[in-house]
Amino acid sequence: MSETALVVGASSGIGRAIAAALAASGTDLVLAGRNQEELARTAADLALRHGVKTSVRPFEALDFDSHPVLIGSCERLDGVMLCHGQQFEQEEAQADPQLARRMIDVNFTSAVSVLEAAARRLEAQGSGWISALSSVAGDRGRPSNYLYGASKGGLSTYLQGLDARLAGAGVRVLTVKPGFVDTGLTYGRPGLFLVASPEKVAADVVRALRRGRSVVYSPWFWWGILAILRAIPTRIFRRLSL
Amino acid sequence: MRHVSRAVSGWGNYPVAQCDVYRPETRADLAEIVARAPQSSLIARGLGRSYGDAALNAGHAVIQSDRLDRLLSFDPEGGVLACEAAVSLAEILDVFLPRGFFFPVTPGTKFITVGGAIAADVHGKNHHRSGSMAASLLDFQLLTARGDVLTCSREENADLFWATLGGMGLTGVILEARLQLRPVDTAAMVVDQEKARDLDAVLERCAESDDDYDYSVSWIDCLARGRSLGRSILLRANHAALEDLPASARAEPYAPQRRLQLSVPFTLPSFTLNPVSVRAFNTGIYHVHRSGRTVRDCDGYFYPLDRVHHWNRIYGRRGMLQYQCALPHESARQGLVEVLEELSSTRRASFLAVLKSFGAASEGVLSFPRPGFTLALDLPYTGPDALAALARLDRIVARHGGNVYLAKDACLDPQLFRDMYPGLERFREIKDKVDPEHRFSSSQARRLGLAEAP
Ligand SMILES: Cc1cc2nc3c(=O)[nH]c(=O)nc-3n(C[C@H](O)[C@H](O)[C@H](O)COP(=O)(O)OP(=O)(O)OC[C@H]3O[C@@H](n4cnc5c(N)ncnc54)[C@H](O)[C@@H]3O)c2cc1C
Ligand SMILES: NC(=O)c1ccc[n+]([C@@H]2O[C@H](COP(=O)([O-])OP(=O)(O)OC[C@H]3O[C@@H](n4cnc5c(N)ncnc54)[C@H](OP(=O)(O)O)[C@@H]3O)[C@@H](O)[C@H]2O)c1
Repeated sequence: MSETALVVGASSGIGRAIAAALAASGTDLVLAGRNQEELARTAADLALRHGVKTSVRPFEALDFDSHPVLIGSCERLDGVMLCHGQQFEQEEAQADPQLARRMIDVNFTSAVSVLEAAARRLEAQGSGWISALSSVAGDRGRPSNYLYGASKGGLSTYLQGLDARLAGAGVRVLTVKPGFVDTGLTYGRPGLFLVASPEKVAADVVRALRRGRSVVYSPWFWWGILAILRAIPTRIFRRLSL
Repeated sequence: MRHVSRAVSGWGNYPVAQCDVYRPETRADLAEIVARAPQSSLIARGLGRSYGDAALNAGHAVIQSDRLDRLLSFDPEGGVLACEAAVSLAEILDVFLPRGFFFPVTPGTKFITVGGAIAADVHGKNHHRSGSMAASLLDFQLLTARGDVLTCSREENADLFWATLGGMGLTGVILEARLQLRPVDTAAMVVDQEKARDLDAVLERCAESDDDYDYSVSWIDCLARGRSLGRSILLRANHAALEDLPASARAEPYAPQRRLQLSVPFTLPSFTLNPVSVRAFNTGIYHVHRSGRTVRDCDGYFYPLDRVHHWNRIYGRRGMLQYQCALPHESARQGLVEVLEELSSTRRASFLAVLKSFGAASEGVLSFPRPGFTLALDLPYTGPDALAALARLDRIVARHGGNVYLAKDACLDPQLFRDMYPGLERFREIKDKVDPEHRFSSSQARRLGLAEAP
């Protein structure tokens, strides 16, 4: 019997690539997101290419009551891959507290809401995996994007705790920290460098899941870049315009 | 929607144009770009395998649609595939050849999209028997300038169906299509190879026996002169039946026939091109080739160039021009002689030149293939002199009632274009109805007078 994974935010650039990589490894998929028509096309594509079973579900991050329902709606559940997210420009979010709050709710609060429901189910089941797309931006707050970064930093911390909680129950938790990835989120933005393809990130995620890792930077060299960034003393960090 | 402003070119790397490139992630993004992008005109782009300026829009917007590339449904009984427009032939072969189906039209590269195949009404080595893309296209969905999504088929919106086939993206953006795939027994080809000592010999052999083959193409030595003018090697093939495979390969008839690739007659050189090396290469191929029958991997027969990724770069930064013309049967011989003499007299080296016979034309209003012969070749872009040389070829072709292929064109003159494409008036009428403001336009369309500069 093949595994079934739920991909939340499967219409995202990275989410779609991860769904494809999971399907290629023979995993049946439940794809959740806002645009059902888009998801249905992706679901048909993956079923045709890889011969796996696929279905789609509605998902709205800010409709918290619907999250346990979504988790409950999966007949079988071996893994949950959380991929939705939102990034507003720092200046806009700084100027408009509503935007900042929305970004934190989408990236952090809703993730906790979905994954708590998932954790309960997998913990009881005694097997499975949970993973979410955090970001290297969560590793150190920078003036140019600390509101987005904070929502991701919170998510990383949450996943760290969840991992420790579920380890005894046989459930693995993987935190994914991508650098710049070539998706609709970044396309046309200035100041990008070392941009990776969504397929590269997807391959890294699937490999890290197979190996039972708890954190993966993607591509790997971001681990080094962030290690250096974290090591810069505050006094100097303040003077760098990052 | 954000865009990226960058230099864009076709496969020939000439010309290069600064364009605002959008990349929709979803169909909703695409609709929003068409409705609201501030640039005054847009053109869809697939994998950029057209050579000239068909998928360029200098100073305006290009819609890079590569993320809209999903397979939607497949009926294994009838072989009907529904897919989004940015799905490539390569992907279709990857998924469906192991299931016993082949793409019905096979250009010289598999790195083209279904959208690009429809927009250029592409042809393959089987045109003499199976026709162009039109023949296996059941219907498609077109996003128009007004934001409507129209189903186009031979019955529904038929005018738009025939104007979009070969219409070079100027009627709207093709979203998805239904195609008839072709069942095959194996993934291999039985190839017959034969030398023809001059142009008459090759034309005669095609007329005599092309009908025995699904696929027929001839490699022609463009630099041979005098009595050898037009000397060629015919490469004609049929899909292999199970019995054609060595016994050891029959258990997995759709597996790539790697071992069989040993029999591929030539590999492409990676040296820099100059008239001397090209001449040596052409002469070399001609003399090295033996006549006879081989069983080969289909990739080796159909897409020899695809093995050398970015082979177009061997022409260097200045790029190249690709030239493809078709000549009707009545004047084919005379027209080809004049074209080949023009080429060999100016010593314009062509790396690869290909000759093949065309069968019946499709009803595509601007479709290229018409009954007769087609010649395709490429030339390095050496500057305005190269354009002048092509202009001389264009005049020869027009005088003989022929036409040139828009998917490869970078410099055709609008007056000659009108002479070559009598469907132009009708195309303009259909376009004006569906896109009165000429929201869809390209560098090529403005050069040829297919669309106004908005
Ligand atoms: C090595 C090589 C060999 C070739 N051999 C052949 C051959 O044997 N026979 C042949 O017919 N052609 C041949 N071609 C040409 C090629 O098949 C065509 O140019 C084809 O259109 C390329 O498809 P594309 O996806 O790369 O489209 P692009 O080059 O990106 O675009 C080509 C045209 O299609 C339009 N278009 C693309 N997508 C859409 C869409 N979704 N909706 C509306 N319009 C769209 C564009 O606007 C443009 O006008 C060859 C090309 C190469 C590089
Ligand atoms: N791209 C990068 O460089 C990068 C780097 C590090 C981390 N990440 C993270 O990776 C994740 C995926 O990013 P991506 O680059 O693939 O971005 P993307 O293509 O822009 O995808 C964002 C996704 O989030 C969904 N979404 C946004 N708001 C939502 C809401 N309220 N309810 C439900 N779904 C909502 C979107 O759904 P719709 O399709 O319905 O709009 C979309 O699927 C994000 O969490 C992002 O922060 C990205």
